[in-house]
Amino acid sequence: MSERPLPRVDGESRGYWEAARRHELLLQRCRGCEGYRHHPRAVCPTCLSSEVEWVVSAGRGEIYTFTVTYQNQSPGFAGRVPYILAYVLLEEGVQILTNIVDVTPEAVQIGQAVGVCFEDLSEEISIPVFRLL
Amino acid sequence: MSFAGGIAVVGAFEHPTRFAPNRTAYQIAAESARGALAEAGLTLADVDGYATSGVGPMGVMSMCHHLNLQPDWVDSTSIGGSSFLAQVANAGAAIQAGLCKTVLITYGSTAASDRFAVGTGGGMSGDPTDAFVLPYGPTIVGAYGMVAQRHIHEFGTTAEQLAEVAVTMRNHAALNPRAKYRNRITVDDVLASRMVSSPLHLLDCCLISDGGGALVVTSAERARDLRQKPIAVLGAGQAVRHSGTGHRDIVDIAARQSGAHAFAQAGLTPEDIDFCMIYDSFTITVLATLENLGFCGMGEGGPFVENGAIGLGGRLPLNPDGGGLSSNHPGMRGIFLVIEAVRQLREEAGDRQVSGARTALCHGTGGWLGVMHSGATLILGEG
Repeated sequence: MSERPLPRVDGESRGYWEAARRHELLLQRCRGCEGYRHHPRAVCPTCLSSEVEWVVSAGRGEIYTFTVTYQNQSPGFAGRVPYILAYVLLEEGVQILTNIVDVTPEAVQIGQAVGVCFEDLSEEISIPVFRLL
Repeated sequence: MSFAGGIAVVGAFEHPTRFAPNRTAYQIAAESARGALAEAGLTLADVDGYATSGVGPMGVMSMCHHLNLQPDWVDSTSIGGSSFLAQVANAGAAIQAGLCKTVLITYGSTAASDRFAVGTGGGMSGDPTDAFVLPYGPTIVGAYGMVAQRHIHEFGTTAEQLAEVAVTMRNHAALNPRAKYRNRITVDDVLASRMVSSPLHLLDCCLISDGGGALVVTSAERARDLRQKPIAVLGAGQAVRHSGTGHRDIVDIAARQSGAHAFAQAGLTPEDIDFCMIYDSFTITVLATLENLGFCGMGEGGPFVENGAIGLGGRLPLNPDGGGLSSNHPGMRGIFLVIEAVRQLREEAGDRQVSGARTALCHGTGGWLGVMHSGATLILGEG
């Protein structure tokens, strides 16, 4: 389906990727210090608690910053340029690296409201990307 | 605790090559070691500490094998292109702790003749965050481009101000006979060059060359008996920045932390610095570094670099060798920042000599500025 690099799913990230396959964006919240975090880790890097819960993100946020990539020689991307790499600041206060899709590069600006959607890269793997709202 | 002038750089050699299809990276490193030791008046037999970075999975051991070294102390710091600046400080600390007496630091790379797409190839690999980064198509240029885009948004920085950095570096390279690109360019040339990853144009990006270099670090006491005027390490700092738990201010870079440490250690402020060597991987790197080091306020980097301020004769000459934007960039440029600073402080820089160069600040950024990066600062002065 795709020659793009697929995420390697491991024990710390399995919950995230299983949800993404269902087209749900999950964030981790620490039961010790109540902080949200992304990317997922088994141990909270703030308070070192292992007590973690998965929370379904509202999937809305705004573009924190972005770049329109016109050159990338690596497999899976050379044919996709131009594409938009961005950090989205979710309503939960957490930034996520992603792509902004279904938009012409000229239309993208910092601060625009975006919502999550999913790109299916394989039978097992879907990744969260964002569209302008 | 500080270096307090007790540590000196006594050998500094930049390999003259910019394109070496018939040399290996190891050979370039060995030839550079020969150059740095010879100018110091030393031999390999005097080396009891050794540091290198960027030489493959076996790292420092491979280079020890290649040079047939069996040192008492080794350092394979791997924080990207700033590694060599960190290694000068690490070497100084090791010498002061009595772990070794004379440290050789080398670098060699054939990035250009290998046709390695340094900035526009694939992403990081082997990092736990790969799964959350690589599927989105990051490039090094894009990682810096996202910082530039945010900088423009927050502070009103212009493409012309970014271009001014590239133009100044080319003016300096025109005075450096070994620089890869020496034809002068204008702001309009930069803006007219193709976009690689917005808002960074081709001429906002450093070049790709082959090359290498070497440094020799020892105690100030030992340096007095050697051939070159010793250049003292006055202060140093290291730091890393990353997206953490997802709450990052992307224009706050590692230079803020490493620079503050280096200034405090040296007992100096930005006003005391005669010239800077700043890793100019991209034009935005220079603006963000100047701001975070405190040479100007946050967001003031754009106006700061206008009107020749960072050119020779300006208020803060920066990268008189032409930098990575115009002189050389084999992938990890940090070692050249120290080499050029040493040449300037020895007043050996010919047509591009900074007049009255007594105190220099070198700052390297390693890695991917907007994603995960390191900073290493060194303040050097007359011994």
